[in-house]
Amino acid sequence: MAASIRVRAVLNGEVAEVQTLIQHPMDTGLVKDAKGEVIPAHYIQQLTFTHKERTVFLADWGTAVSKDPYVKFAFKGAAKGDELKVSWVDNKGATDSLTATIQ
Amino acid sequence: MSALRLLLALATTLGLSASAMAADKPDPAADAKALQDYFVKKFPKVAFDDFVNGPYSMNADMRKQWEEKEQFPPYEFALDSGKEMFAKPFKNGKTYADCFANGGIGIRQNYPYFDDKEGKVITLELALNRCREANGEQPYSYVKDEMASLTAYMAYTSRGKRFDIKIPDDPRALEAFERGKEYFYTRRGQLNFSCASCHVQSPGERIRAEILAPALGILNAMPIYRSEWSGMGTISRRIVTCNSQTRAVPLEPQSDEYRNLEYYLSYVSNGLPVSGPGARP
Amino acid sequence: MRYISTPSVMKKIVFAMMVSAVCAGSARAASEADYLAAVAAAESANKEAGRLRNQWTVTQAAINAAKKAAESGNLDQALKSAQEAEALAKASIVQATSEKQRWKEMEIR
Repeated sequence: MAASIRVRAVLNGEVAEVQTLIQHPMDTGLVKDAKGEVIPAHYIQQLTFTHKERTVFLADWGTAVSKDPYVKFAFKGAAKGDELKVSWVDNKGATDSLTATIQ
Repeated sequence: MSALRLLLALATTLGLSASAMAADKPDPAADAKALQDYFVKKFPKVAFDDFVNGPYSMNADMRKQWEEKEQFPPYEFALDSGKEMFAKPFKNGKTYADCFANGGIGIRQNYPYFDDKEGKVITLELALNRCREANGEQPYSYVKDEMASLTAYMAYTSRGKRFDIKIPDDPRALEAFERGKEYFYTRRGQLNFSCASCHVQSPGERIRAEILAPALGILNAMPIYRSEWSGMGTISRRIVTCNSQTRAVPLEPQSDEYRNLEYYLSYVSNGLPVSGPGARP
Repeated sequence: MRYISTPSVMKKIVFAMMVSAVCAGSARAASEADYLAAVAAAESANKEAGRLRNQWTVTQAAINAAKKAAESGNLDQALKSAQEAEALAKASIVQATSEKQRWKEMEIR
């Protein structure tokens, strides 16, 4: 289900600018549903961006990150046409990944 | 002399009764012009087409954040699923495209319209659910994600097209417009707010942390991704929530009152482009 | 005169307050009949507001609070909440009725 990730990576001079939007409920475990029952915590624990075997961005997340998180960062050392792999793992063990091409 | 005086008197009487008649008969075109003029005068720096961008047209700081966000808009997921849903055939093999003019593409600006057979206003959300029911499918909730995704896609295919709401010369259509206007200006709820209290009197001002959007063009941006909701909202959801925030018990989505309100609000925004789906804080 | 009268007025006020406090204290506790009548009045007024398409969320909340208090046996509180609900419902009716004409004052022409 690679549909949960959207990535745009654009090379700007020698810096690659990466924007990502991930679809995820990011439930904190503190919120109750309409029936008054607690919605169990369900959140992304680790988000990784890999460029040529090198981890260029690694995030250890907790429950404080919003639903459908958005991430923007930049890194050096990429060339046009390079592949950038994005993957996340959540606290229920679910995972998703996507490989984008740097433009 | 006396003949002339009589003629003058007659002309005056006629003129008076003519203007009295004009005041009695609803004049949507004049109402729309008055409201548009009001906003243009109140916000001389805002370009006319920019009113569809709600609070962003009135606050430079918010606008900057929004422009950044629009490069990667939060409604993208809804848009993708809406596109998929729109193309997926019903159990009987037909699709949404069979229910709408031009296959449902680029037609958002014509909704709502007045249906002379039913004698009522038909909104896009209502038409979508009727399309589902006519094809043996369960209707969607008017305030949930599926409806928002479908309307997001339909709005997206109509972006830039100018609202072109028609009010036929039918007393029932004029009545619907008038009732919509009445609803818009009527105070309700314990907080004694009308729609106009916020969206005519105070656009650009803050209500708590939010910046109020102008009534003009407010529906052109629908449906919206509200960060506050962390999700999409339909026109129905927006109106229902407005009601409950003033501590009024909301009516049923797509009740006659809401349909008339949408008719009024859309008509007065004629000429403004579709900008939906939108993103709001 | 002033110096004499002021304390005497004060005394009278204090006395009146004491009397009313005693009276309130000795007033009989709300009976179930009082509560039932009050909640029925609140519900019928709220129904009328519904007919005018102008119910307030707080009215139903007060009715619910009254019922909850009655269930737990606190009839004084139940009566109070039911009366509040009726007052809110009546206010919503007044609002709906007066707005039938008054909305025009806000209209942009």
